[in-house]
Amino acid sequence: MRIESPAAFAEFRQRAQAKLAQRQAEVLVCCGTGCLANGAAAVAEAFAAALDGSATEVKTFTKRTGCHGFCERGPLVVLRPSGILYTRVKPRDVQEIVDKTLQGGTVIPRLLYKEPTSGQRIEHYQEVPFYRHQTRVAMRRIGHIDPTDFEDALAHGAYGGLVKALGMTPEEVLKEVEISGLRGRGGAGFSTARKWRSCRNAKGERKFVLCNGDEGDPGAFKDRSIMEGDPHSVLEGMVIGGWAIGAHEGIIYVRDEYPLAVVNLTLAIQQARDAGLLGENILGSGFAFDIRISRGGGAFVCGESSALMRSLEGKVGEPRAKYVHATDRGLYDLPTVLNNVETWADVGAIIEHGGAWFAAMGTAKSKGTKAFSLVGKVKNTGLIELPMGMTLRQIIYDIGGGVLNDRPFKAVQTGGPSGGCVPEALLDLPVDYEKLTEAGSMMGSGGMIVMDDRTCMVDVARYFLKFLTEESCGKCVPCREGLHQMLAMFDDLVAGRGKPGDIERIERLSRGMQLGSLCELGKSAPNPVISTLRYFRDEYVAHVERRECPAGICKDLTTYEIMPETCDGCHACFKACPVEAITGKVKELHVIHQDKCIACGACYDACPTQAIRFLPKHQMAARGVA
Amino acid sequence: MSIENSGKPVTLTIDGKPVQAHSGEFLLEVARRAGIAIPTLCHHPALEPYGGCRLCVVDVTEEGWDGWCKMVIACQFPVKAGIIAYTASERVLETRRVVLDLLLARCPETPLIQTLAREYGIEKTSYSPNPNPTDCILCALCTRVCDHIGVSAIATVNRGIGREVAPPYHQPPPDCIGCLACAEICPTDYIPYATSSTSRTIWGKSFQMLRCPACGRAHITVEQARHFAGQGGVSEDYFTVCDACKRKQMAATFQRLQGVLPAAAPAVR
Repeated sequence: MRIESPAAFAEFRQRAQAKLAQRQAEVLVCCGTGCLANGAAAVAEAFAAALDGSATEVKTFTKRTGCHGFCERGPLVVLRPSGILYTRVKPRDVQEIVDKTLQGGTVIPRLLYKEPTSGQRIEHYQEVPFYRHQTRVAMRRIGHIDPTDFEDALAHGAYGGLVKALGMTPEEVLKEVEISGLRGRGGAGFSTARKWRSCRNAKGERKFVLCNGDEGDPGAFKDRSIMEGDPHSVLEGMVIGGWAIGAHEGIIYVRDEYPLAVVNLTLAIQQARDAGLLGENILGSGFAFDIRISRGGGAFVCGESSALMRSLEGKVGEPRAKYVHATDRGLYDLPTVLNNVETWADVGAIIEHGGAWFAAMGTAKSKGTKAFSLVGKVKNTGLIELPMGMTLRQIIYDIGGGVLNDRPFKAVQTGGPSGGCVPEALLDLPVDYEKLTEAGSMMGSGGMIVMDDRTCMVDVARYFLKFLTEESCGKCVPCREGLHQMLAMFDDLVAGRGKPGDIERIERLSRGMQLGSLCELGKSAPNPVISTLRYFRDEYVAHVERRECPAGICKDLTTYEIMPETCDGCHACFKACPVEAITGKVKELHVIHQDKCIACGACYDACPTQAIRFLPKHQMAARGVA
Repeated sequence: MSIENSGKPVTLTIDGKPVQAHSGEFLLEVARRAGIAIPTLCHHPALEPYGGCRLCVVDVTEEGWDGWCKMVIACQFPVKAGIIAYTASERVLETRRVVLDLLLARCPETPLIQTLAREYGIEKTSYSPNPNPTDCILCALCTRVCDHIGVSAIATVNRGIGREVAPPYHQPPPDCIGCLACAEICPTDYIPYATSSTSRTIWGKSFQMLRCPACGRAHITVEQARHFAGQGGVSEDYFTVCDACKRKQMAATFQRLQGVLPAAAPAVR
């Protein structure tokens, strides 16, 4: 059904809200990619089956929502209106939830979230620390709506910003975005309003609005969750952007590895077209704007703006010099605005609530909220959104619940392969664009990888180098040859083949790559190296000079042994060892056989009495133990 | 080849010297015109700039930037009034050294790279030399000239260190016309070919040569004649006579017209 005017839109929304209000209860089953992998689809089906024709008087509706964020505890089920959160729900729990909670009104403690430090069970979604400290703007509707249900999205406020924007002049819209202080959420943090204004002022009739959904950093998934969980928020932002800059064509570049995002976006575009929110004469305003999807082939470099545009043109996705901005000469050499998924998702809310509302959150130069994927050695992994300026400590300890197994915190890697590692001394760093850059890292796409003491920083830098070596397009010399040589040097370091002067050579090459590379992939590729050298130089020195890995991670430099005086023969190491290198009977001393041991450290992590220690391989060799 | 040749005249400063240019011209050509040398490996005046070799890096600043410089590549940087460029600042030279050091590791036996590296004080690479030395520096001049001719028979394939120039699927390229432009433009003579009075082979594909009916020289492949005939809207026959003979015949025609030679049937169509 086509919505012809703002008045008709209001009426449509009211009807959708009234329809929602008839539901006396809702079962929100998280069907984000993480929960689906844990079997959420079966849980949702079980609910639908259990509620269908059940004797219950309540009119309960099962809703398959996007990612709730708390992936660690998935599959997640939230009950409305009570707000009860059940975690790690299995299909076999469903009948019990229906009987006891939905009908009986009692909670099932076993399924509640248990606060790890106090051991206390928490009933309500909003009281779980993971959610309590968050403020959601870009992800405002995710988890509350069924992303495939157009009426549900509208009832929850989708396109409210667009209706308002079309009642404003493009200049007023630009002004509002300017007041909001919104900066690019893809990581570079360029002022969104400035970008839009340049494109608006650029000569040319035909202009493009692009959405960068080529999120590819290891450990990052915020854009995926937004596209999957609330695709209409992205579409709404893009139409508003088109109105502000005078463009009529939008393209969402989404990587093909995000199949659910492609499906949900495609459906959302169709729904929006059918409703007259895309296409000719949107809401009777006379403004025309349409969006199509372009699926990327999975090259990391295609997330770089100029490479993305070449890829959209059907050419090889390689970057080119950007001395003339894309806002003047972008896609097909026509004026183009490219923004990240999250940026577009913010726009609708900013127009609806006003730029000042957004600018009231955050820090002096970094306004609003920011989505992060919190992963690694942290208790509560998942997707979060919080006001800029929250400290790393608050994020990792208050929201993340601290380091997994309460091990000591070592560093947090932010900003993906272009970012850096921030050490413990900087845990009270407020997270915003400037502060992260000062610390030698960057905002990047919002990945946050927490690392504990069992992390070798040389190995971490090598991991990112390896990733980038595989993803470098190879067009320019410093990135192609530089990454290849840098990785070779790191391969030597972790294998104990480091040579005096290696650190200096690495630093010199890093500098050359930063200055000489064509695009940001190459320019920022040395960041993980430089930041780990800045904060953990000792570890590099240990690898080069002493052929030791202080964290006991680099396999070629490390051996493990069981300390007889502490071993109580619990057999845990025996079970943990993947290569049967440990022998010993229960309640007797266990022994690691060095000829079989692959130094994976599984026994070390499994031992409850800390009877296993690691030591440099050369020490063991000196003792004459083979 | 500037993006806006019609730009207005501007004055800029390169290495302390005032230089006249048109706004939008690329810094490299402006500098070279002013006699300031900037090294390049992937640049060719007949082709669009590429920005792959990174040897032409220079520092650029402006009044009011407080001495802050940004490093750009001269071949693609459009000039405007008032910019101040430094083509040999210490960090420019150092960046070029890193690039040449890396290229020398890739191509340890390539004379062009050895010579350039030596100019920047590098005798031996400080990195691991390529165990399989190659002469291909991946400047992509070959693929770009092939594109420019309108053939696109070869391309750079694969990513990162695995990147190479190749025909599709490493098979003899169906679109190749055997013009040898790729081999001729290659700065390191990396692309092998064989040519004789009857046939030519390049990229594993063999071509039959057209012989000039006047002098008998094999000067062009059949596919080349067909391609250029299609592009230029002339008949293929036009290409059978070689350029030298065409000129001779044209000269003869003029002489006849002027009455120097007796009239005869013209050979050029």
